[in-house]
Amino acid sequence: MPERAQGEPGPVGKERSAAALLEVSDLRVNYGAVAAIRGVNLSVAAGEVVALLGANGAGKSTMLRTISGLSRPRSGRIVLGGEAIHRLPPARIVRLGIAHCPEGRRVFGSLTVAENLRLGAAARADRAGVAKDREHIYAMFPILSERRTQSAGTLSGGEQQMLALGRALMAQPRILLLDEPSLGLAPLLVQQIFRTLAELKASGVTMLLVEQNINLALDLADRAYVLRTGEVSLKGSAAELKADYEAVAAAYLGART
Amino acid sequence: MSFELYITQQIINAVSLGSLYALVAIGLSMIFGILRMTNFAHGDMMMVGGFSTLVLQNLGLGFGWAVVGGIGVGALAGVIVERTAYRPVRGAPEVTLLLTSLAVTYILENLGILIFTSSAQNFPLPDWMDSAFQLYNGQITFTQINLLTVALTGVALTALGWFVTRTDIGLGMRAAAEDMGAAHLVGLDVNRLIVVAFAIASGFAGLAGVLWAAQSGVVEPYMGFTPLLKAFVAAIIGGFGSIAGALLGGYLLGALEVFIVAFFPSEISPYRDAIVFCLLIAFLLFRPNGLLKRTQEVKL
Repeated sequence: MPERAQGEPGPVGKERSAAALLEVSDLRVNYGAVAAIRGVNLSVAAGEVVALLGANGAGKSTMLRTISGLSRPRSGRIVLGGEAIHRLPPARIVRLGIAHCPEGRRVFGSLTVAENLRLGAAARADRAGVAKDREHIYAMFPILSERRTQSAGTLSGGEQQMLALGRALMAQPRILLLDEPSLGLAPLLVQQIFRTLAELKASGVTMLLVEQNINLALDLADRAYVLRTGEVSLKGSAAELKADYEAVAAAYLGART
Repeated sequence: MSFELYITQQIINAVSLGSLYALVAIGLSMIFGILRMTNFAHGDMMMVGGFSTLVLQNLGLGFGWAVVGGIGVGALAGVIVERTAYRPVRGAPEVTLLLTSLAVTYILENLGILIFTSSAQNFPLPDWMDSAFQLYNGQITFTQINLLTVALTGVALTALGWFVTRTDIGLGMRAAAEDMGAAHLVGLDVNRLIVVAFAIASGFAGLAGVLWAAQSGVVEPYMGFTPLLKAFVAAIIGGFGSIAGALLGGYLLGALEVFIVAFFPSEISPYRDAIVFCLLIAFLLFRPNGLLKRTQEVKL
């Protein structure tokens, strides 16, 4: 049975907090006068893939933006590996190990593929490690290797998504935040991106994934949270949620039980 | 005088004038690209560069070192203005940024008047620079200053080209100009990028100020005003925010101004600036993105 989180007092997922790599507690974020996140608790353990589901405007992207420091929380804590990060500037947060692959890819269109990857590693000092990771990403996405001197603006949407993913991986993150990696891509490309994400998961990459496509997200993830109007309306293991589709639908739209 | 020689002479003049416009326009465009702010105080860095070079010469420094010092003081002034005036209002509405940069302009120009008075001061040149070359029995003339302008601009642009394509900070500056949010997300230290951008932009303006003073023979507190307006037009023509666009716009504008005077009846010449600003209006109406700036297309 998926656990209903709504109205539940106190911190949730406490049993995990000892091992959690990323721990978000009682987070509240406002956009102007609007409360976008209203007291969310969430944790991601090392090596785990956690999906963040929910309808448009539920606050999923705001969660990721706040974790990476682009938005400031009104209250609450975000802790990465024991260190509070919710007051730090984005550049520091990247250095501490959070890479954010944003919605809409946001590659630097006037820069080449190689330059985009280079900037992905801008926060790193170990040149040898950077060169190795770059070759690894070219091996993962051979098309990027072919187009390394081409400007990123000339790539197709799928190629840009690969580049955005590669750029985020170049930061050698302890946790990867992915915002809608399938958005606007043809089904075949979506499959390819998710195959790559599955390989990354198998190699031990920790991910927090925002995704509209529930089936794809639950196939990849270990656990999932459903957000509705800035609150966790449902959470549980991916297997549990897949088995109880009605509960997920209700959590999306507002429970009518 | 043969027509070919006449054209050659006009091209020399156009390149020389265009170099100055390009030097100023690049900095203006660079800062707009990153901060989305029109830095009206940018022209005053020309004044800072010109006066600093004058003072350093009066202190006994050789001309070359005085110029290097003038560029350095210009760059430093830009960085100080960024730290003290622009950083506190970063992220504020555009009107606030605009008024802040206008305020900085007034402060700098009045500081100039306070220290050097409002009258123009003679800008001394070493003897070797005060000569001109003549070819084809004087049908083509170019001065040492023309030559120096083109050479120094070439060096500055080559160095800038290397910087923005080969270094992390240079690439980061271009990335931040394109998408500030994504620049934050890849971990770029945006404050540092902005400081470097101001140093380069203001250093270029300082160099332009020295060359402008060398051509006109004087420095004065308001010397940056007209070049700033012209650089603004050049940057818009090329695509405001684009470095390559500002370069192209600067040389196009230089050529246009020289050719208006050279090839049209002399009654037209007084309307040169009016024609230039009509061109600005035409670009704003029909091609507001300029010649080079790419419009972001959304790819699916």
